[in-house]
Amino acid sequence: MQTILSIGVDAFAYGMVLFVISIGLSVTMGLMKFANLAHGAFAMIGGYVASYATQALGWHFGFALLAAVAACMVLAVPLERFLYRRFYGASELRQVLMTIGLTFMIIGIANWLMGPTLKTIALPPALQGPVDIGFRSVPAHKIFAAVVGLLVAIGLWLLIERTFFGVKLRAAVDDAPMAEALGIRTKIVYAISFSIAIGLAALGGVVGAQLLPIEPQYALHHMVTFLVVVSVGGAGSIGGALAACLILGTVKTTGSYLMPEFGNFFFYLAVIAIVAVFPNGLMGRAK
Amino acid sequence: MSQPRTLPLLKRGFLGDIISLAVMIAIAVICFHFMPSNLSFFTRIIAIMLLVLAIDLVTGFTGIATLGHAALYGAGAYAAGIAAAKFGINDPILMLLIGVVAGAIMGLISSLVILRGHGLSQLVLSIAVVQLAREAANKFSGWTGGSDGLSGISPAPLFGTWRFDLWGRTSYWLAVVLLLVTFFLLRQLVRSPFGKLCQAIRQDPVRVRAMGAPVYLTQVKMYAISGAVAGLGGALSAVATKVVGLDSLSFELSAEAVVMLVLGGTANLFGAMIGSGVFMWFEHTMATINPYHWLTIVGALLVVVVLFAPRGLTGMAETLYNRLIGGLRK
Repeated sequence: MQTILSIGVDAFAYGMVLFVISIGLSVTMGLMKFANLAHGAFAMIGGYVASYATQALGWHFGFALLAAVAACMVLAVPLERFLYRRFYGASELRQVLMTIGLTFMIIGIANWLMGPTLKTIALPPALQGPVDIGFRSVPAHKIFAAVVGLLVAIGLWLLIERTFFGVKLRAAVDDAPMAEALGIRTKIVYAISFSIAIGLAALGGVVGAQLLPIEPQYALHHMVTFLVVVSVGGAGSIGGALAACLILGTVKTTGSYLMPEFGNFFFYLAVIAIVAVFPNGLMGRAK
Repeated sequence: MSQPRTLPLLKRGFLGDIISLAVMIAIAVICFHFMPSNLSFFTRIIAIMLLVLAIDLVTGFTGIATLGHAALYGAGAYAAGIAAAKFGINDPILMLLIGVVAGAIMGLISSLVILRGHGLSQLVLSIAVVQLAREAANKFSGWTGGSDGLSGISPAPLFGTWRFDLWGRTSYWLAVVLLLVTFFLLRQLVRSPFGKLCQAIRQDPVRVRAMGAPVYLTQVKMYAISGAVAGLGGALSAVATKVVGLDSLSFELSAEAVVMLVLGGTANLFGAMIGSGVFMWFEHTMATINPYHWLTIVGALLVVVVLFAPRGLTGMAETLYNRLIGGLRK
């Protein structure tokens, strides 16, 4: 019983970190139909900015987090304008290749600027200690990550389903020429959505840095994981992404507890099983 | 309009094949004589070329997106390696055949999984397949050597005559002959009714199905053939380098091979070969200078190619050639 509860807690924490990082990718893939494999690279940039701000500049964690998100969102604007926009509507393979190229460039530059070592982000005292939840103690930063994940899920759902911007975005996705004719400036809607998605990547990179540490190969190592989460959940579906993260988190954590050697093996087996049965993901819309 | 009947030998494409084979032999001879210290590197390039040709068959000609083809290459490499190291099958030709069969079987199995998806889910399934294969190879280290790699492969002399020497001359010529034969066979395959059917499926699977041709079965067949080619590449690398490592079964290798294909130009066997040759030569030269700058430059190169030359180097050359001819005829 103790073990099952422990697995449950760890799986939940891991799943929520995955969720925070991947949900931005789910937005780009589902709503903007863009396979952005450089998503992890932006999470990594966010992590580097936060690490630099807390370690070298001595900023508070909260400010560093905001700075990381802001920096990535600002960086996203010219990239969207001059690079990504040319690939809207292109085949998945071309988008994948372009963004792999971008990832290679970012990895090379990150290594040149920041060096090949692991970077840590200084946590405030409130997030450092363990928290007793009755039957065991959990590191506070894991609880923080889970809370952030839930907040992001609720916030995004509200943004997409309950605001005028969400209406415009959904209209632009479903029928761009018609939305354009109705006076929606689709290019700006896309640019803002892309920027938000990249901001979410940065947020995830910083919040999840304790579990997925920041180093130059980060973007390449975890790229596959993020991609898998999105396609298991169904691109563009917040609930689906949440479900996928929790399922995959459970599979991976259970595997690591019971058969540490085979954790990843079961992870990919689960992925194949789920995607083979639901080619559009758990809650994805059929094309 | 009835076409004049010609002997298959005199068809234009066949003559072109003979010329291109002659050019390839000439390049191989030149490389052998002028860069004798790089022979093992050239052998490696040829092994990867076979992998890229295999990807071209499924992605370029049939339209199945994959980022997991290293699973087939690795299957060939490990099958040939295990046959030699654990069962004492040292005849190089036999090892290559085992690799071909293993690649084809792996292709057959993975196609059943990969063809379940479309677009993005297809890419993810293919990635999951290669990751699963890699994890399996890592864990069953009794057979595969795990992360240490599989060693103890010592191929017997080729046809009992030519030893695999220290300079890699035997493996070089073996590789060249394999590449030429594979290229020639694939050219015939691509031009055959079956090859045309594959290209039709890439362009419009719905219409092909409506015309009554078996879409799924054709894709599975092509994937198995592609697996055989990739498996041959893997087995060749096992024979030539005498070790098989986990890197031959990785997502990174798959992604790099697709990059080479796009660099050279898809749906074009020359593109696959030129792309892998250029990419690997570039990597080889740049990586000695600085591995991370090389990554940045390759990334930039890739973005530029996808942006400005979506049909790759061969496509670019074709456009230039057509413009030049057009200019001269004016």
